[in-house]
Amino acid sequence: MQTTKSHPKSLFPVSTHYCAGCGHGIAHRLIAEALDELGVQDRTIGVAPVGCAVLMYNYIDVDTIEAAHGRAPATATGLKRVRPDCIVFTYQGDGDLAAIGTAEIIHAANRGEHFTTIFLNNAIYGMTGGQMAPTTLVDQKTETTPYGRKPSNEGFPIKACEMLATLDAPYYIERVSVATPAKIRRAKKAIFKAFNYQVEERGFTFVEVISTCPTNWGMSPPDAMKWSVEHMEKVFPLGVFRDKGAEKDRTETGADK
Amino acid sequence: MPETKKPYIEIVTDRCKGCELCISACPKDCIELDTSVVNAKGVNPAKYVGGCIGCGSCMLICPDVCIELYKEEKIQKSA
Repeated sequence: MQTTKSHPKSLFPVSTHYCAGCGHGIAHRLIAEALDELGVQDRTIGVAPVGCAVLMYNYIDVDTIEAAHGRAPATATGLKRVRPDCIVFTYQGDGDLAAIGTAEIIHAANRGEHFTTIFLNNAIYGMTGGQMAPTTLVDQKTETTPYGRKPSNEGFPIKACEMLATLDAPYYIERVSVATPAKIRRAKKAIFKAFNYQVEERGFTFVEVISTCPTNWGMSPPDAMKWSVEHMEKVFPLGVFRDKGAEKDRTETGADK
Repeated sequence: MPETKKPYIEIVTDRCKGCELCISACPKDCIELDTSVVNAKGVNPAKYVGGCIGCGSCMLICPDVCIELYKEEKIQKSA
């Protein structure tokens, strides 16, 4: 008998502080597996966000810097420029990346900085208790929009992938989900590809992970996963928004794969 | 050819938070909450009740990396 997959080496075998059924745990594991498979754990530096994943360094076994709220891309820019041999990634939530850190991520992407951003989107502010986030869906009820988000008052959800895909510099942009085992497999491939492009020094890579917040959505974890498929994926369609690597391969080989 | 053993899973119940995602992901209803046990987290952890087909869905969806799947390696057919 053989284990098909043992605990990733880059992930501490500890219990996380995340609520039961939170997608952060799945995303952490996918990152750890990607780092293990690339064999870059000892030269990886993570940049932790402000939000639920603020204690990321307790779970992912790599050197980690804690950035000011939303400034993870700015910190990562400095790190990567000083230590270009290191693999640098930022791990940010929707409050961190799409609200307070919008300027940082857009300009880091526009400069084509050679780091990877993993953006966890669960359409709500998790750590502070379920307030409206920029990615909250229209009519979604939160603590600060108790009658549902109204576009006339609070605007529409921000689509980070589409926004960054209007820039020329980003090398790879994909949106994935962790709602079902099949989608997790696809998410793993996307995260691996993003880190692999960074190892090959190709450019800025960005993976948005559609996740859940069962506690603040007021649902059981399986219901939250279903809700994210039924509602979130309509507003945030999954898919590849930019993959210059695949385009390059196509032009080099002269064949459509 | 040696007899192929059935796949099975092992659950690290100490880390389990009882989120039931593995139960919802399992296509064969092989997992249920163990109501006779309360773990250090204060919840009823998941329990394997048999019938695993080795698809690995529970292992993939577990947010706390509690599940390990054991199955025989695929034997390559010789040409």
